[in-house]
Amino acid sequence: MYRAPISRQYAAILLFAAAYLCLGWFVRNSYYQLMMTLVLIWATAGVSWNTLSGYSGMMSFGHAAFFGLGGYTMTILFVTFGITPWIGIPLGIVVGVIAGIVIGVPTFRLRGHYFALAMLAYPLAMLYVFEWVGYQEVPIPMKREAPLFYAEFSDPRAYMVLALILLVICMIAALHIERSRFGMSLMAIKQNEPAASAAGINPMRWKMLAMMISAAMGAAAGGLYAMVLLVVTPQTMFGALVSAQALIMALFGGVGVFWGPVIGAAILVPLAEILNAKLGNILPGIQGVVYGVAIIVITLVAPEGIYWRLRDFFTARKPPLGKAPISVSMAETIGVDPKSSAERKRAEGGEVLLSLDRASRAFGGLKAVDGVKLNIRAGTIHGIIGPNGAGKTTLFNVINGFLRADSGSISLAGTELVGLRPHEICRLGIGRTFQVIRAFPRMSVLENVVVGAFVGANSDTQAERLAMEALDRVGLADGQAHAIAGGLTTKQLRLMELARALAPRPKLLLLDETLAGLGHDALDDLLAILRRINRDGVTIAIIEHTMQAMMKLVDEFSVLDHGKLIASGAPTKVVKDPAVIEAYLGRKWMERAKDTVA
Amino acid sequence: MDALRWHIVDFFQALVAGLLVGGTYGLMCVGLGIIFGVMRVVNFAQGDFMMLGMYVTYYLVTGFGILAFLGPYVGPVAGAALAGPIVFGIGWLLHRYLISRVTGARAVSAEGEGHYAQIIMTLGVALVLSNGGLILFGSVPLSVRTPLSSESWEIADVFLNQGRTVAFVLAVIAALGLYLFLTHSILGRSLRAAADNPIAAAYVGVNVDRCHRLAFALGVGVTAIAGGLIASAQSFQPYIGFDFVIVMYAGVVLGGMGSILGAFWGGLTIGLVQQMSTLVLPYQLQNTAIFIVFLLIVFFKPQGMFGRVSERT
Repeated sequence: MYRAPISRQYAAILLFAAAYLCLGWFVRNSYYQLMMTLVLIWATAGVSWNTLSGYSGMMSFGHAAFFGLGGYTMTILFVTFGITPWIGIPLGIVVGVIAGIVIGVPTFRLRGHYFALAMLAYPLAMLYVFEWVGYQEVPIPMKREAPLFYAEFSDPRAYMVLALILLVICMIAALHIERSRFGMSLMAIKQNEPAASAAGINPMRWKMLAMMISAAMGAAAGGLYAMVLLVVTPQTMFGALVSAQALIMALFGGVGVFWGPVIGAAILVPLAEILNAKLGNILPGIQGVVYGVAIIVITLVAPEGIYWRLRDFFTARKPPLGKAPISVSMAETIGVDPKSSAERKRAEGGEVLLSLDRASRAFGGLKAVDGVKLNIRAGTIHGIIGPNGAGKTTLFNVINGFLRADSGSISLAGTELVGLRPHEICRLGIGRTFQVIRAFPRMSVLENVVVGAFVGANSDTQAERLAMEALDRVGLADGQAHAIAGGLTTKQLRLMELARALAPRPKLLLLDETLAGLGHDALDDLLAILRRINRDGVTIAIIEHTMQAMMKLVDEFSVLDHGKLIASGAPTKVVKDPAVIEAYLGRKWMERAKDTVA
Repeated sequence: MDALRWHIVDFFQALVAGLLVGGTYGLMCVGLGIIFGVMRVVNFAQGDFMMLGMYVTYYLVTGFGILAFLGPYVGPVAGAALAGPIVFGIGWLLHRYLISRVTGARAVSAEGEGHYAQIIMTLGVALVLSNGGLILFGSVPLSVRTPLSSESWEIADVFLNQGRTVAFVLAVIAALGLYLFLTHSILGRSLRAAADNPIAAAYVGVNVDRCHRLAFALGVGVTAIAGGLIASAQSFQPYIGFDFVIVMYAGVVLGGMGSILGAFWGGLTIGLVQQMSTLVLPYQLQNTAIFIVFLLIVFFKPQGMFGRVSERT
């Protein structure tokens, strides 16, 4: 979207294919011809791994499952039913995709290590099953009468051309994933899944799609591999080394970019093969040692792979973010005086937008949110206060679907929210920011916001327009849009998060300590921005500790203590409420406080 | 009547075999549990350290015959016990010069991307160890010879392989010794603290980096002892490690991440599952049974079994 135009990438892919073809065409040695084919097959396996794990960050150690199913489906159909590989490989792809779905449905519920370990188990379980069924070693029969019909070629270059076509298809598919909402969503999930789902991205949907495409690529590569080897064994198709090799190509060459596995395979496969041919009989495990050393070295010197190292080297680093203030005079131009009485009237007259009716959520015996009844009226700024541990953030988590309410009801303009998932609630018009800033640190400011805009946009260009508009509304539009989020100041990050939540034009914003950690000036700026956003028609619920700022900002307070709503109403009324004073200061101070307030 | 009787005998035979195998699995799992618990690193090379333990025992006892003077009964046991400190040293050095560069206090808290480097690093170590093992030791399956492994005690028609039984007893003793170390020494306690909550441990002054090194070395050393103990009961080749990685993770996850004692029970259970599965499944599928149990554990994880999920939003 913001990188080199897609046509240039197409040209690069075609140039690569043409050059490879030229090189391969003139190689006469059949061993080198085989090696050139293997490079392409492993590159495809790497692109397959990258499509799931590189983009989404879900580490798979089990891509041999798809690879093996593709290879075995083709071979078994050929051997037992005489079905040509021309049909067998596509059927293998279908089997692979089905396996991807069957594996994905339960496994995507797991996170981090557990996902990786579960994925490791699938191909190994299959390996033993295939051994037990009696497919220890299945040779592919020679069909002399109609070799072309059975995809058997006397010229090994034919296999290379087939493998090249497959790789180019996979590369183009990966390119389109990278450049679309699909790839951006996967990147967002990889960097911060809760933030992505709160921004309206459905993690399950995109992960599953990535899994299916990845499985298809893997199965195709496996089918082709079986064709080239002319024999399949459980170890060569489902073995742990197969999974490892797919992943190593991508990690060595470059994670999260389709050129990565191609670079990795082009370097590692010939290296390992040649060493194996020269030294294999005296050093039998040399191939594995090469792969092992390769990834150890790469994790130490270029953790993201060669591609990124080269890119950093050739493209001059972007200048660090300037200290340009967002807008020095914003506080003055907009003004931070208390709301005018006319505004207050409008606020009081608004209809109820969000309504909580006895909403509760417990963690074991602890009632973090306990029967809260709360109405937030359209057009208001609603402050939620309470001592630490009062259940404020949990309340937000229950509203936006991170946590499910145990009982009670929550409705947004009449629509029941309990039971919906975060991205669905976001879609209905609730945006949120987080107490601990949840940015996508490796993406640019604009990309961060674009991810938030997807939910409100029909096309990628519209998403970008909405994002620019949101950045403009928070005052980040000029200069900073293309900076990488990882280098921003706290204030800029808070504004970026705000813009991300604003981008799909939500009805209600949930702001969790958006003002925390800001200096005096920055605080005034942010207050001004929030009031302007509110004036434009966005209802805001805000958690905050700084009472001074809150008094200037909000129309109405709700006070939580130990999960219960202990007071609510106009600011001046709430701060005089004895229950509130007690919750904040304790009983001992009550008497004294009463005198002071009075 | 006779058929029923043999079914019962079969059942008890599998039960006993499961317990005996499970004891050594338990010790293996304790080794992995220390590493996984303290470092929160998926160590793929764990199985290969077990393999190293087997070969160290083999070379001490049979290959170079250094321990031959101890005789065929004590020799293999002493070999397994010595494999522990030797592999401990290897683990210490590996952590010092390689693993520590991608792990540590900072990486523990980093969800997602921080884990890439750690997992890949241990995968690389696993590949180098297993294939390097192939180069060094050759591919011919070996085993440590002891007359015990071909003799058994018979109790009411149920056979107890003497080699396995001795291995089981020693594994339990080793696990108990480790347990005492972890509960009664300051070093052990800080290790457990680091396993329970690495960040909090750092705040109260536990040197997390040193804990990691100790945990890694101790973990691979303990697993190597377990490897040495089963080296006389089964034949092995350099690639054997990978088969055991899932066995060990299944045990550790079953016992609960961060719980070192739980890892022993987890491993014992996995041994039982593996052997008892042969009552209903073909022999070749006993490892598939483990994978299925492993997947079931992972899916139906009660939070408590896996440690906490505590994250601020």
